[in-house]
Amino acid sequence: MNTKVSIAYLAGLALLVAAPTVIYPVLVMKVLCFALFACAFNLLLGYTGLLSFGHAIFLGTSAYVAGYVIKVLEFGPLAGIAVGTVAAGALGWVIGSLAIRRQGIYFAMITLALAQLMYFIYVQAPFTGGEDGLQGIARGSMFGIDLTNDLALYYVVVGFFAAAFWLIQRTIHSPFGQTLKAIRENEQRTISLGYDVDRYKLLAFVLSAAIAGLAGALKALLFGFATLGDIHWHTSGEVVLMTLLGGMGTVFGPVVGATVIVTLQTELSDKVGSLVSVIMGCIFVFCVLVFRRGIVGEGVALYKRMIGEKVH
Amino acid sequence: MTEKTATAAPFILETTGLVKEFRGFVAVNGVDLKVRRGHIHALIGPNGAGKTTCFNLLTKFLPPTRGTIRFNGKDITNEAPQRIARMGMVRSFQISAVFPHLTVLENVRIALQRSLGTTFHFWKSGRTLDQLNERAMALLAEVGLESYARMVAVEMPYGRKRALEIATTLALDPEMLLLDEPTQGMGHEDVDRVMELIRKVSANRTILMVEHNMKVVSGICDAITVLARGAVLAEGDYASVSANPVVIEAYMGSEAAQLVAEGH
Repeated sequence: MNTKVSIAYLAGLALLVAAPTVIYPVLVMKVLCFALFACAFNLLLGYTGLLSFGHAIFLGTSAYVAGYVIKVLEFGPLAGIAVGTVAAGALGWVIGSLAIRRQGIYFAMITLALAQLMYFIYVQAPFTGGEDGLQGIARGSMFGIDLTNDLALYYVVVGFFAAAFWLIQRTIHSPFGQTLKAIRENEQRTISLGYDVDRYKLLAFVLSAAIAGLAGALKALLFGFATLGDIHWHTSGEVVLMTLLGGMGTVFGPVVGATVIVTLQTELSDKVGSLVSVIMGCIFVFCVLVFRRGIVGEGVALYKRMIGEKVH
Repeated sequence: MTEKTATAAPFILETTGLVKEFRGFVAVNGVDLKVRRGHIHALIGPNGAGKTTCFNLLTKFLPPTRGTIRFNGKDITNEAPQRIARMGMVRSFQISAVFPHLTVLENVRIALQRSLGTTFHFWKSGRTLDQLNERAMALLAEVGLESYARMVAVEMPYGRKRALEIATTLALDPEMLLLDEPTQGMGHEDVDRVMELIRKVSANRTILMVEHNMKVVSGICDAITVLARGAVLAEGDYASVSANPVVIEAYMGSEAAQLVAEGH
């Protein structure tokens, strides 16, 4: 991580620690869950060049598994989060190994198809509660901290978020991340240099799925339920929107995108009702037409132009 | 890195009866190609003769319909493309094959870093790759790009990108290089530079290249295979091939005139 990013990272962390004094912590936690989800997605889209169109299935699977472990098996929240994350990673391995055999739009379609397949399994499966969802997941306590207190849960969520965010940054700048960028930039050439690209793509997919799963488990703990909404393709579409709006392939873009979308949805839902989807659609069109690099991407480009650097 | 087996055999790469069909269209039709160790071997032919398809077959980017390919005496017909690269046969592409948004130094490092065995280590710092910088700079110096090291590859002029591509390929220290139209779309100056570069890197290596520029072919190639409609039309050194009436007829027109005019 370079100095500028480290400073931004520390500043962001300081803001998060101070945030509950002015903002309702549950809203910030919701934003953090989706921000983490978008960051995981960005690892795949922005840094590997893979557009998964079924990423909600990892968020939702982990939410269900974590909920089941906590509510039915009565293990604590930490075990729930851990098992949920691992389950999402494992599902990522299965879906990933099937999907990476194809490229581009076919890859996206296969991820969507497999996610829909899982969706209908979850609708029927008894442990998910079907249409009712899995309700009444108790927050319990972790490391001796009572999580029923919103503020206590808040700092736990911030801790998980910061750790996962750091891991993603580390991955991006690791030797592995460098290989991923090579694959994104020119897959054929990477093969011709002796890389077995499918194995790298699969590991990226599993990492992304697992981190999306972590976000889902935290979300289930936060709200106390896991529903079909978490695995619906709408949610898969939303994470694409968040990442593109914030700036794909940028470090903080997905966080900004998730913040904007979640805040708008929360603020607008009781004012304009179902028009929210229309507004989201308009934002997406606007973003694609004039804001190609996303909020953070355009900001960085503007800054580079000001200091006289070339922009691609 | 490269397997030095059966170095005594005169031919490093041999194909027998190589065929590639695409839904009834025969792109490559029974090609027997023999590339002698240490040679710069050119693959020429009119457009659509099957040169690039042939290249893709040799490097396993396409599976052949029939026929066998032997590299260093080993049957590689059913190997995966990345395995071919690790055996010491590395290819370039018709369209410049750099990683556009990585720096020039990073481009070369991509080829070097596989040897560290840490390419799956997502928890390691990127600084662990800095140990490769010296090697990468030496390779860049070899192709005259050391002053470009920190530049993003996409910003470089076209001819320099080809040089970078060669430096990246050399990082694997391959026994054999396959170059797909290395001077395509270049001005005179760049053509001369790349030609010199190919001559320079051909020491202790075998090179097979698809090339349209007859100046390059006549200037640096030891052997030429002419393909037409997917089959071998003629083989030999430049003098014998350029004098061959069948070859002249296949080219019909400008390229044939050029072929004759430049035959020294």
